[in-house]
Amino acid sequence: MSPARRLARSGRALVTGVPYLWLVLFFLVPFLIVLRISFSEAVMAQPPYTPLLDWVQGEEGEGLKLLLTLNLGSYLRLFQDDLYVVAYLSSLRMAAVSTVLCLAVGYPMAYAIARARPARRGALMMLVILPFWTSFLIRVYAWIGILKANGTLANLLASVGLVDPSFELLYSDVAVYIGITYSYLPFMILPLYASLEKLDPTLLEAAADLGARPWEAFLRVTLPLSLPGIIAGSLLVFIPAVGEFVIPELLGGPDTLMIGRVLWNEFFSNRDWPVASAVAIALLLFLVVPIMVFQYVQGRQQEAGR
Amino acid sequence: MAQQPIRKPTRLEPWQDPAQVPYVRIERVTKRFGDFLAVDDVSLDIHRGEFFALLGGSGSGKSTLLRMLAGFEPLTEGRIFIDGADMAGIPPYERPVNMMFQSYALFPHMSVEQNVAFGLKQDRLPRGEIRDRVAEMLELVQLAPFAKRRPHQLSGGQKQRVALARSLAKRPKLLLLDEPLGALDKRLREQTQFELVNLQEKLGVTFIVVTHDQEEAMTMASRIAVMNHGAVTQVGTPTEVYEYPNSRFVAEFIGSVNLFEGRVVEDEPDHALIRSADAGCDLYVSHAAPAPVGSTVHVAVRPEKIALSKEPPAEADGRNTARGVVREIAYLGDVSIYLVELASGKTVRVTATNLARRADLPVSWDDEVTLTWRPFAGVVLTR
Repeated sequence: MSPARRLARSGRALVTGVPYLWLVLFFLVPFLIVLRISFSEAVMAQPPYTPLLDWVQGEEGEGLKLLLTLNLGSYLRLFQDDLYVVAYLSSLRMAAVSTVLCLAVGYPMAYAIARARPARRGALMMLVILPFWTSFLIRVYAWIGILKANGTLANLLASVGLVDPSFELLYSDVAVYIGITYSYLPFMILPLYASLEKLDPTLLEAAADLGARPWEAFLRVTLPLSLPGIIAGSLLVFIPAVGEFVIPELLGGPDTLMIGRVLWNEFFSNRDWPVASAVAIALLLFLVVPIMVFQYVQGRQQEAGR
Repeated sequence: MAQQPIRKPTRLEPWQDPAQVPYVRIERVTKRFGDFLAVDDVSLDIHRGEFFALLGGSGSGKSTLLRMLAGFEPLTEGRIFIDGADMAGIPPYERPVNMMFQSYALFPHMSVEQNVAFGLKQDRLPRGEIRDRVAEMLELVQLAPFAKRRPHQLSGGQKQRVALARSLAKRPKLLLLDEPLGALDKRLREQTQFELVNLQEKLGVTFIVVTHDQEEAMTMASRIAVMNHGAVTQVGTPTEVYEYPNSRFVAEFIGSVNLFEGRVVEDEPDHALIRSADAGCDLYVSHAAPAPVGSTVHVAVRPEKIALSKEPPAEADGRNTARGVVREIAYLGDVSIYLVELASGKTVRVTATNLARRADLPVSWDDEVTLTWRPFAGVVLTR
């Protein structure tokens, strides 16, 4: 091998190596740390969990022994205490409802943008992305002002005589739905727009030519062809929404039970890091299935796009 | 060029019969996009069973006219009747026509079978009938073994057939075809031209086909409407538009032509004489000039109607006889094209069948030659 080729090869390894290094450092290593903690026991110490591996002095005449202690208690607790299962189910339900709401709001928006004049599409997409330029926390706080008693919404509805000014949506599941739908809407619109924008308008003309009314053409052509966008957008909303903590914490009521909040409590209130880690690992396993579906769909989409 | 007659001579010519009611009537149709005049006051009558071609370059308005027939574009002015019914305000999905799109517009998420069945399902036909009709259509375009394939697994020619089968599945009385062969390579295109004609004759469906390819139009169509800048310049059979073009545009658009400018000096019912400095001789044509004596006209002479010889013909009276020098020879195998420069500086194009082998060709570069043509060869054009 000539030196130039060797250099090219090592250069290529370097370029592809950087993302791998990134993934190992910031995804794999933290995951392993959390996994490790989930098998420890909580103690009042610094750090607040027991080591997995320990050197112990054996019987007389024996040397040092390396002792591996795996505590499965944290995982067992997830099933023994109703709280965790209920919180998981509740999170799944809230994420599912929010995803459907995002789809219901996002699809018409993505459709309208994809059908707008090409010169206008950029500006409209910019408006969708623009909220990202403000802090997420500030935007969620703003909803408190809107949804609280005597807030913007209550006053608006009261002014037309619909409700009493003391009407309050804040601190309820509805407020959490509103918050999640609002915050995650761009993640729904972007992949939907990408798949709708690719749709060849002559396909709709062909459908009309073959006797399909506009809504029939939508159901038989537009909708099935945007399915990859629907699945991608739904997963992009659903997966982070399951583990959402900030929105239920700020907008949700005392009954709003989501796994993110449970995790927070275990970690900071109970200082039970092993259980908190077990909750996180279980959540991850829960979500691996939809992530795999997502990857499968993406792979198929790329294949069809060729 | 000029592959006439491909049409069987027994073929009916319904447009000759004044008692016939046209199946499609396009009445003074105009279409504007903003300031742009896409279709300019077009009137056409198309009869049942015709294979009608709209021929023109890009931007000539032919595709817009087709889209108006299908119902995708509203008319700015004028009216369209199909089978006697005014199509104003009738959406595409209620029109008795089907269209084959230039891009084929096959549904990528459906198999060949499902594509063909789309319109039949839309009509809510019984399941068994849909199955039979799809099978029949796929048989017709010889794609039965590909029924389960997706469009992206097909070749260009196969996609074209699926598009055709899909547009014919609903048994339309009128089929609109937008550049149906445009995406095929040359060999496949020629083969498909004949298949389309046979299919159309077999099914008896009226075809209106848009094309920019004059050869395609000549081969397939019963009549051709030549379009330019949104207007129809000439309507006629392939022979008519080739042999008797009504304008310089049509003469030049269809095939190649030599145009000599001149002045009418004699105009009788059975002949006319045009004095032309371009040609360097008097041009004698065996039809009356469409312009009065003294006016300036053009005489069109097709390259294959000109004879080329080294010696001046014996009985020459000087008419339709031009002398010049051979500047270029293009040898195409079956024919050769000679570019002959006349004394006036005008270059005349002559095509001659290569009856002899190449080495024995009588004429060479820089030879002085005489060009002659018969009185019927020239056509006097005023515009």
